[in-house]
Amino acid sequence: MNRALPLLRTAALRLWLPVLLAIVWWYASAGSQNIYFPPLSTILETFAADWLGSRAATDLVPSLGKFVLGFLISAAGGIALGTWLGLSPAAREAAEPVVQFLRSLPPPVLLPIGLLLFGITGTMNVAIIVMGAIWPTVLNTADGIRSLDGQVADMSRSYRLTFAQRLFSVALPNAAPQVFAGLRTTLQLSIILIVVSEMVAAASGVGYYVLNSQQTFAVAQTWAGTLVLGLIGYLSTLVFLAVEKRVLNWQHGMRRAAEGA
Amino acid sequence: MQQSIIETRTGDAPAGEAVVELVDLRKSYGTGPSAVQILDGVNFEVRRGEFVCVVGPSGSGKTTLLKCIAGLLKPSGGRTDFEGQEVTEPPAKLAVVFQDYSRSLLPWMTVRANIALPLRNKFPKQERQARIDEALESVGLAGKGHLYPWQMSGGMQQRAAIARGLAYQPDVLLMDEPFAAVDAQTRIDLEDLVLEVRDRYDTTVLFVTHDIDEAVYLADRVIVLSGAPTTVSHNITVDLPHPRHQVDTKREPRFAELRAFVFEQIQAAKSNTVRNRADA
Repeated sequence: MNRALPLLRTAALRLWLPVLLAIVWWYASAGSQNIYFPPLSTILETFAADWLGSRAATDLVPSLGKFVLGFLISAAGGIALGTWLGLSPAAREAAEPVVQFLRSLPPPVLLPIGLLLFGITGTMNVAIIVMGAIWPTVLNTADGIRSLDGQVADMSRSYRLTFAQRLFSVALPNAAPQVFAGLRTTLQLSIILIVVSEMVAAASGVGYYVLNSQQTFAVAQTWAGTLVLGLIGYLSTLVFLAVEKRVLNWQHGMRRAAEGA
Repeated sequence: MQQSIIETRTGDAPAGEAVVELVDLRKSYGTGPSAVQILDGVNFEVRRGEFVCVVGPSGSGKTTLLKCIAGLLKPSGGRTDFEGQEVTEPPAKLAVVFQDYSRSLLPWMTVRANIALPLRNKFPKQERQARIDEALESVGLAGKGHLYPWQMSGGMQQRAAIARGLAYQPDVLLMDEPFAAVDAQTRIDLEDLVLEVRDRYDTTVLFVTHDIDEAVYLADRVIVLSGAPTTVSHNITVDLPHPRHQVDTKREPRFAELRAFVFEQIQAAKSNTVRNRADA
């Protein structure tokens, strides 16, 4: 009971504004005849019919699958590539101009090339995510690996830690706060890219559904699809933050200790 | 005059094999006319079981010297030997306790995991656990291994760093101004702790400090460094009785005498440094 109270308070603090906005939207749009602004009730009916119904399997699950797969490949590949660049000055020198060039490309620009290479396939959607979203993680990981304190490096050497220990117990945890900052941007880019790539080149998926409904003047569907995308973004960020909090628990504790001192 | 009171030992090597030996050790940074000579032919040895303190004025290259001994820096000339072998990489039977505990313990691991890290892949789990428990117990941190370093005071963190060194069971424990960052009371506790664990583990200790009281109080022998570029100016046997005691030992006339002598040498070294820099 005592522990539930603060939890309720936090929930209330976070919920009042979204709830208020929903209520305002509900009443402002009630009975609306404007075809571009259908009543919220209509949007929600469409939402329930499509996204809690048949389209969940045909469009939502494939979109989510491609998004998650693209993000995971970007995350793992970005950390691996970034670690390599962080450890090897020679690799860094050689790769720097290429990496800077690739990350400077606005990711949607990759779409035509992705289409040429992979056609209108799921592989193309995933490849577009990886090509566009991997770079923040690569660069942040490389920076984090390089930023190892000199005394920590001396400690690792004098206690004769193995390469694996230096990598997994020292360098990567040391880089973790920066890696997560990179992963967060990678996550946001992954969502943008799955939607954009589905809009341009797919025959199903949430992005396809939104653009297609707009082009066929199925306005309630356009709104419902947009809500789905917002929810995907919001929920994936929540999951990401929960993982980050777990992995970087030591850093939060350290910060709290420093503030308390 | 001073030489008559203080026996300085450079030639007569008493019993005990040399575990650490520095032969004409030189180290400079940079090349050409802008090169800075830090160590200019340092010679001394540390024998098994000894507690040797190295003191010198600030900027006399104490940390450079220690890093050469630890195999973390390559000398520019001369060499350092560890148990009869020239040091080319960090020796397996040597452990270092670094100056800044907050940067040498890993904040993402508990104290126990920090101590365990150098032992992993080297010893079976059971022996590892036994070593960690003994080390924690001997630095007064029994039952505190589950804490993270940042949950501890500075003194406790340095105890944990010492425990890591002890659990490694080195032949030589190298300490680089380990108590420079803790308060005076903690420092006194830690000095006595080091003397205690040295007896318990029967370890040879090479202890670098800028604190003259600390050096004379702890050491069997004090190596006084000259100012930059650095050589050994004096090699002094501390003939104070064991065990040392914070009040009784420091009250002895002999303690005051040794302390004053080392102090004068360091003052002289400092003014030499100023003169050398002015010449340059």
